[in-house]
Amino acid sequence: MIRLRRILNLRVVAIALYLAIMATIIWASWAGAQRMGYNWQWYRVPQYLYTLSDDGFQPGELLIGLWASVKLSTAAFALAVVLGGAIAMLRLSGLIVGRGLAAVYLELIRNIPLLVLLYLFYYVLGPIFGLDRWGAAIITLAIFHSALISEIFRAGINSVAPGQWEAAAAIGMSRGQAFRHIIIPQSVRFMLPPLTGEVVHLIKSSAIVSVIAVAELTTVGRNIISDTYMSFEIWFTVAAVYLVLTLLLSFGVSVLERRFKTG
Amino acid sequence: MTQQPVIIAQDISKRFNDFQALDRVSLTVDPGERVVICGPSGSGKSTLIRCFNGLETHDDGKLTVDGREMSEGSPHIRQLRQDVGMVFQQFNLFPHLTVLENLMIGPRKVRGLSRHKAEELARTYLDRVHIPEQADKKPEQLSGGQQQRVAIARALCMEPRVMLFDEPTSALDPEMIGEVLDVMVDLAQSGMTMVVVTHEMGFARKVADRMVFMEAGRIVEIAPPEKFFSNPETRRAQRFLNQILGH
Ligand SMILES: Nc1ncnc2c1ncn2[C@@H]1O[C@H](COP(=O)(O)OP(=O)(O)O)[C@@H](O)[C@H]1O
Ligand SMILES: [Mg+2]
Repeated sequence: MIRLRRILNLRVVAIALYLAIMATIIWASWAGAQRMGYNWQWYRVPQYLYTLSDDGFQPGELLIGLWASVKLSTAAFALAVVLGGAIAMLRLSGLIVGRGLAAVYLELIRNIPLLVLLYLFYYVLGPIFGLDRWGAAIITLAIFHSALISEIFRAGINSVAPGQWEAAAAIGMSRGQAFRHIIIPQSVRFMLPPLTGEVVHLIKSSAIVSVIAVAELTTVGRNIISDTYMSFEIWFTVAAVYLVLTLLLSFGVSVLERRFKTG
Repeated sequence: MTQQPVIIAQDISKRFNDFQALDRVSLTVDPGERVVICGPSGSGKSTLIRCFNGLETHDDGKLTVDGREMSEGSPHIRQLRQDVGMVFQQFNLFPHLTVLENLMIGPRKVRGLSRHKAEELARTYLDRVHIPEQADKKPEQLSGGQQQRVAIARALCMEPRVMLFDEPTSALDPEMIGEVLDVMVDLAQSGMTMVVVTHEMGFARKVADRMVFMEAGRIVEIAPPEKFFSNPETRRAQRFLNQILGH
């Protein structure tokens, strides 16, 4: 049993196994599509990613959609961090009103499906507060993800030993100074991995805003399919683009983390 | 220099839920005086000295430190803490900062000194605790004894009027206790006002002006060390001394 696991963990074996599984999946879907009489047209896909003409590199619709997804996710994540930070502060504060408010907010978000939250912001609160598609999409994603982010902040801050607060207080620091100079720098190390996970999660859930026709990657993919009927090729491509984006991100952060540890 | 006492505790009490951690404790500490507090574990020694710098607030009685009355949410608590240094059993150094930065952060952020002034101060006190060569290391690279000496230097960098020590050698390996006590003896000889919770009776004999014995949240006995060690007044202090001195 143990020997089997050791063999499976060897890098070469792992890569071979991975390739075998991927090949099986691709072969199975290809064979299935073949049986359906699906007409593969991969050669038509690259133009939706990019074109090379006399004017040089031109991004195609999918890349423009990807850029929109990146902007959407970035804006939503920035707002989610602000909201999550505020909620974490309220929860950590000694104020009963603050804790109560945070608890209600968190319960609400945890118990409303993301899709319903999106409809609420777009169809109900949108008209009231004058939110367009983009505004509704950004706010919905930010609010939805602020819940987990506040939890990440709270856990990160609580993972710093209480003696650190006391030592800071003992040299006359205010709570704010202790927070800024002593607690936060120590808790970033704990927060970085789960925060990366949350960015990946947000990028993935951002696809849902295609239901209100925000022109991001998923919406663009769907539009191309309704023009060309290449549903297999385009959905595979869209999935791959998301995968590349999130893998690049995870890789970037792991480099950052290593630097944090040594630095 | 004012000759009024640095610490005046009058009948202070502290409860944690139903547990009476301090029960009408009265103690006065004069400038330049060295007071050593001992007593069994759980007798309220830590709670008492934590009240002296406002890490705990007493429920009843009156506590005046450095001429200011302490109460729940005292507005001058931060000012006061600059004048009252504290050394913890677990060192509580800031692990993300180097030794030098540990010493400089208080002077810079709290006292508002320039980087240059703060560094000068830090190096002076690092010399005082005999580890100038460790300035650029992180706390985790130091031995326990060295870490505690850095913690002492960090407190001294605030140039306090009184230093509180809460069992500063209890978390140390035996071979490192001496180097920390030596630094504390030096400090005592320089005239610093000190309140030290410790069971190091050799140190107590050497520097204490008065011994305070606590049990169950009360001060049971206060006596000069010669008298306390040879002929304690209470049976309880006698029993405690027998236990700790091992005869
Ligand atoms: N924050 C706290 N909450 C509840 N009980 C506490 C707290 N701090 C101390 N105590 C209790 O008060 C008593 C005295 O504690 P302490 O002052 O630390 O004693 P000592 O330092 O003499 O060992 C102990 O029984 C301890 O359990
Ligand atoms: Mg104690």
